[in-house]
Amino acid sequence: MILKIENVTKNFGGVSAIKETSFSVAPKEIFGLIGPNGAGKTTMFNIITGNYEPSSGSVIFRNEVLNGLKPHHIVRKGIARTFQNIRLFSSMSVLDNVLIGFDFQVRYGFLESIIRFPRFLSEEKRIKTRSMEILDYFGMSAFAHEKAVDLSYGQQRKVEIARALATNPELLLLDEPAAGMNPSETEELGELIKKARVDFDLTVLVIEHDMKFVNQLCDKVLVLDYGKTIFEGKPADAIQDPEVIAAYLGDFHND
Amino acid sequence: MQAMINKHFLIKVGMILGTVWFIWFANGHFDEYTVRILNNIAIFVILAVSYNLINGVTGQFSLEPNGFVAIGAYVTALLLISPDAKSYQYAIADPYPFVMTLQSNFVVALLLSGLLAMLLALVLSFPVFRVRGDYLAIVTLGFGFIIKILAINHPEVTNGSLGLNDIPEFSNLYWTGGLAIVAVVVILNIVNSKFGRAMKAVRDDEDAAIAMGVNTFKAKTLAFCTSAFFEGVGGGLLAALLTSISPDLFDFFFTFQLLIIIVLGGLGSTTGAIIGTVLVMGGSEWMRFLDEPMNLFGYETTAMPGMRMVVFSLVLIFIMLFAREGVMGKRELTDLFKSRKKGGK
Ligand SMILES: Nc1ncnc2c1ncn2[C@@H]1O[C@H](COP(=O)(O)OP(=O)(O)OP(=O)(O)O)[C@@H](O)[C@H]1O
Ligand SMILES: [Mg+2]
Repeated sequence: MILKIENVTKNFGGVSAIKETSFSVAPKEIFGLIGPNGAGKTTMFNIITGNYEPSSGSVIFRNEVLNGLKPHHIVRKGIARTFQNIRLFSSMSVLDNVLIGFDFQVRYGFLESIIRFPRFLSEEKRIKTRSMEILDYFGMSAFAHEKAVDLSYGQQRKVEIARALATNPELLLLDEPAAGMNPSETEELGELIKKARVDFDLTVLVIEHDMKFVNQLCDKVLVLDYGKTIFEGKPADAIQDPEVIAAYLGDFHND
Repeated sequence: MQAMINKHFLIKVGMILGTVWFIWFANGHFDEYTVRILNNIAIFVILAVSYNLINGVTGQFSLEPNGFVAIGAYVTALLLISPDAKSYQYAIADPYPFVMTLQSNFVVALLLSGLLAMLLALVLSFPVFRVRGDYLAIVTLGFGFIIKILAINHPEVTNGSLGLNDIPEFSNLYWTGGLAIVAVVVILNIVNSKFGRAMKAVRDDEDAAIAMGVNTFKAKTLAFCTSAFFEGVGGGLLAALLTSISPDLFDFFFTFQLLIIIVLGGLGSTTGAIIGTVLVMGGSEWMRFLDEPMNLFGYETTAMPGMRMVVFSLVLIFIMLFAREGVMGKRELTDLFKSRKKGGK
C-alpha cells in the first residue's frame, strides 16, 4: 500500500469534518473519494498534504508517517495536488506556472542565478524542455506563453494537473478535476488521466461528483458522508448501495 | 525560442551600453545642477528596483527603505570621514574610541553598508516571515522609527540630531550610475530565475506555491535581504553624495516617496520602477516652483514647503483608485518587444 489513512479524525471547533476514517490506496490505483457536499473530501486532501494537522490518527505514505511535516516537505516526498477552485499563478505564463513545479528540483544557487553560471543556463534549459514536454502531453504547449488566466476553464484544469506533475509525484491528488467541463471534455480528461497513470507512473486519488466520470476512471471508491465512511468498493457497486443513494438523495434535497 | 533569447540579450546589452555612454556623456557635458539630479535619480533607481523586489515582485507590503538606507548612510559616513574631521564635529558627546578608528575605502564602506543592512533584514525575517499575516509593514515601519531614534539618542556614534558632516564626496555619476546598472542587472537576473518565479508565485497565491513545494519563507527572506542590501549600498552612495547626513533625512517620508515611485511605475515591474523614478524625481525638480511663493493672477501666495508632496500624494491616490497597474503593470521593457502572436487554436 502506498498510502494508508489510519483512524483520521478532524475537528473544526465543534464540527467533525472527518470521523475515524481509514482507507488504503494501492500503488498505481486510481482511487475515488466521493460523497455529497461538505462530506469532508477536500479536508481529507488537506490532511494528506499537511495543510491541516489531523485531530487524531495518522497518514502513512510509503511506510513513513507524514504527521507534523510541513506541506512543502510533503510535496518533496512525492505527493502533489490540484485545487477544487483552480489556483494557478494569475500573473504568470502557463510555462512559468509549470516551471514552479520544478522549484525544489533545480540545482543552482542564488549567486549562480545572479552571475548566470553555466549550470544556471543548463538547468533552466533542462526544466524548460521538461515543462514543455509535460504541457505537450496535455495538448497545451501552444499556450505556453499565454497568461494562465486567459485560458478556458478546462484548459486551466489541465495546466493545474501539468503543474502538479512537474513536481514529479508518485501520488497525485485531484480535487474535482472535471468540475466545469462539458461531457466530452470530461470523458477526454478521464482517458488522459488513465494514460498519465501509466506514462508518469502514478497513483491517483481523485475527488469527483460526476458518477459517470468516477465509473469510467476509478478502480475503487470510498464514499464519505458527514465525515464517515459509508461505502468502500467498486464504483459500479457504489451506485447500487442504498446508503450511498440515501446520502446523495439527502444532498439533492438540500440543494 | 533561441531567436527570442538572443533578441532579449541584444536589447539588454544595448540598454547597458547606451546607459554607460549616457553616463560618460552627462559627466562631461552637463552642468553641475543637472549632474546632481542625475546622481539622485541613479541612487533612487537602485532604491526603487530593490524596494520593488519585496513589495511588487514578492507582494509583501513593506515599509523598510528609510531604515536600511539610514543604516547604510551612517556606516559609510563613519567609515569615510577622516579622523581629523571626526575629532572636531562631535559637539553633543565625545565619540567612542572605536568611532575614531573606523576607516576604510569607498568600496569596502559601500559593501559593509549593504551587508549590515542585509544582516538586520535577515534577523527581522525570522519573526516576520515565520508566521502568516501582514506584519511586515508594521514591523518595518517600527524599525524605521527605531533606527531614527537610535541615531538621535546615541550622539557618541552618530553625533545625534546634528548628524555627520564632512563626508568625502566620493559619489559621482560613475559610481551612482554604475551601481544602478549593477543593481538593475542583479535584480532582473534574480527575477528571471527560479528564485524570482518563487517570489511571484508567493505574490500570486501563497498556498498554491507551498503546494508546489516552494519554501515560501526562503523566497520572502531572499527578496527582503536583497532589497536591504541594495538599500544599504544606496544609503552609502547618498551619504557620499550629500556629504552630510542627519536623522531627519531618513524619516517615513523617504519611504513614502519610494512607494509613490514603484506604484506609479507599476508594482512588480523593474522597468516600471526605473520609469517611476525618473518621473517622480524629474517631476519633483520641475515642480520646485510649487514650494515657493507664487504670483497667481496678481495675488501673492506665501511659500508652501511640502506642496510638491501634496501633489505626489494626490497622484498616488489617483493611481490607487483609477490606474492600479501604473505605467508598466507587471510587464518589463522586453515584454513590449515580444511578438504579439497568440498561441494556436
Ligand atoms: N478550515 C475550516 N474551518 C472550519 N470548517 C471547515 C474548514 N474546512 C472545512 N470545514 C468544514 O468541514 C466540512 C467538510 O468540508 P470539505 O471542504 O472537506 O467538504 P467537501 O467534501 O470537499 O465538499 P465539496 O463537495 O462541497 O467540496 C464542511 O462542513 C466545512 O464547512
Ligand atoms: Mg471539496
